[in-house]
Amino acid sequence: MTRPEFSDLSVGDEIGTRTVEIDRARLVRYAGASGDFNPIHWNERFATEVGLPGVIAHGMFTMGAAVALVEEWAGDPAAVVDYQTRFSRPVPVPDQGVAVVEVVGVVGALDADASTARIDLAVTFEGARVLMKTQAVVRL
Amino acid sequence: MPINADYAGRTYPVTDAYVVGREKLREFSSAVGSLHPVHHDLVAARGAGYPDLVAPPTFAVVVAQRAEAQYIQDPDAGVDFSRVVHADERFTHHRAIVAGDELVTVLHVDSIVERRGLSMVTTRCEIAARTADGEPQPVATVTSTLAVRGDDA
Repeated sequence: MTRPEFSDLSVGDEIGTRTVEIDRARLVRYAGASGDFNPIHWNERFATEVGLPGVIAHGMFTMGAAVALVEEWAGDPAAVVDYQTRFSRPVPVPDQGVAVVEVVGVVGALDADASTARIDLAVTFEGARVLMKTQAVVRL
Repeated sequence: MPINADYAGRTYPVTDAYVVGREKLREFSSAVGSLHPVHHDLVAARGAGYPDLVAPPTFAVVVAQRAEAQYIQDPDAGVDFSRVVHADERFTHHRAIVAGDELVTVLHVDSIVERRGLSMVTTRCEIAARTADGEPQPVATVTSTLAVRGDDA
């Protein structure tokens, strides 16, 4: 798989986009795969009782799904040496249909000494950011 | 019961090993949509220079949350899960996690800070792999902050 060349990169370059469609089955699958069985991610009654609009996606699911864009761009998933985010807004996932989350990655900073690129991800649902300060440091 | 601030600064004993399995890596990778072959195809992973299938960047949460349970599920810590919101998360990888790793974790409660009716609790998991010579090799640091609403919020 081809890997980006550090010398070809400039701050502000877009690395790509990714659309993540989330349905309830996806959340159940992530719950099983991750071991996070908090019922707010699969039980409508429980979610509304604790004041949520309904079942919401695991923040960790959205974080994990967003970084797949960076993995593919980097050509080597293990090149992502640091990855962080803040969870700013829940993503409600309907009983029927899907919630659509959009991910856009941009080169946010370059460190020539370390040969790393910081990729900043904009992760939005219905036009609003659901993750903030979403930064993946990629060793190139 | 409010958050018990006495837990700040606490360090827990090292956990039992979490053994990273190939099928768990495939399952987790598929669940988050990480389709890169090194997560799924052993030949591709070895061809890329890894000893076995490679974990995606957020897989370490699976290991970390088991360690965090020591704190979160301790009734005396006062973490009421119906009042908790995940505020932020960070993974720092010291080397790739691969299938076959036996990972042991030391959990630290780094800080408990009151802020506008919220308790911000930051935990840090230092994850290391067991090695043949007995000295665990650092693999990943997972830092997580929970925001816990107070009783009147």
